[in-house]
Amino acid sequence: MENKYLFNYLLQLGDNSLILGHRLSEWCGHGPILEVDMALTNIALDLFGQARNYFQYAAQVENKGRTEDDLAMLRDVREFKNVLLVEQPNEDFAYTILRQFFFDAFHFSFLQELQHSNDEQLSAIAQKSLKEVTYHLKYSSDWVIRLGDGTEISHEKIQNAVNDLWMYMGELCEENETDKEMTSLGIGVDLNDIQGTVTQKIKEILQEATLNIPESTWNQSGGKNGKHTEHLGFILSELQWMQRTYPNMKW
Amino acid sequence: MNIDHQHIYDLLEQVPDPEVPALSIMDLGIVRNVELKNNTAEITITPTYTGCPAMDMIEVNIKAVLQENGIESNIKSVLSPPWTTDWLTEKGKQKLKEFGIAPPVAKTFDKLSLSQEERLVQCPICESSNTKMISQFGSTACKSLFKCNNCLEPFDYFKCH
Repeated sequence: MENKYLFNYLLQLGDNSLILGHRLSEWCGHGPILEVDMALTNIALDLFGQARNYFQYAAQVENKGRTEDDLAMLRDVREFKNVLLVEQPNEDFAYTILRQFFFDAFHFSFLQELQHSNDEQLSAIAQKSLKEVTYHLKYSSDWVIRLGDGTEISHEKIQNAVNDLWMYMGELCEENETDKEMTSLGIGVDLNDIQGTVTQKIKEILQEATLNIPESTWNQSGGKNGKHTEHLGFILSELQWMQRTYPNMKW
Repeated sequence: MNIDHQHIYDLLEQVPDPEVPALSIMDLGIVRNVELKNNTAEITITPTYTGCPAMDMIEVNIKAVLQENGIESNIKSVLSPPWTTDWLTEKGKQKLKEFGIAPPVAKTFDKLSLSQEERLVQCPICESSNTKMISQFGSTACKSLFKCNNCLEPFDYFKCH
């Protein structure tokens, strides 16, 4: 049983990185300026690298002959376990940056704790990834402040993004059965422990960016258990098109 | 054929980093261990960045160089302990500078150079420390973009990691 939970846990982590990385890769060639284009795709690359580490390990834990590629390219929507936040569309630059910032704030605190996992491989992945995510968080925080405390239009756009994406924040630190099981075994991160730090970081940056924190406390969730917004299906139809159309093709 | 560790290390010096060919993988500090088992070299390497697309190519190149010298090899990749820029050798840093890339300025993760609170990164062309970060993310995952306020040239900085 432990292996099933560990496998699901690895998919939760890997799927977050894969789907957010894919969203960022949609900016490739479309960034508002060259430096932003390169930064977003660099972050996507880091996330894909992390996803590979999780999927390689998951394939090994599952031990049914599936590979990292099978896990990324041949699972269907309901088998994906990423949080809803990361599958939300790019909309505009403000949305993309804000989504990134919310995820980075969570990801940074999460990996800090995951370093102390008693699972050696997870701890190694966390140590490696944390160095990259430190740069991501710095980058997205800087841009949230620049847009929020920028012009009237940039402020309005990123405030809209905060208002719209706020309902996906709760899920980041919401425990499901897998999280609870992994925490009790000392493998996973106790999400209750990091919630305070994550919220604190977000409030601090939003305040510096002169942005209002929405009052609504109602949250949307389900992604970690395979219940997604309509957007994930569209992502997968693009992401998996090649493998679905030409099975086993390589390049 | 008599092969020893030193011979293999010497051969690994000939394997370049595909993205920064001025550096060998030995300069880069990604070779963690070399073991000889029944005339097969077991080589352990570690990635610089998780998403580094050069890793697969590095593995292929290592195998090719060793094979040309009649040595069969297995390559293993490990994540722990994670690679940091501290693993770059002094010779490697010097080569980076000659190649036009500013080497990492400090030990491990240097928050000062990242946040630009102080001007620490030296221009590899005119050696001025009056430089400015343009973007934290550059042409590859391991570099940031900088500009020299003195000679006005843009340059890559191998960022602390």
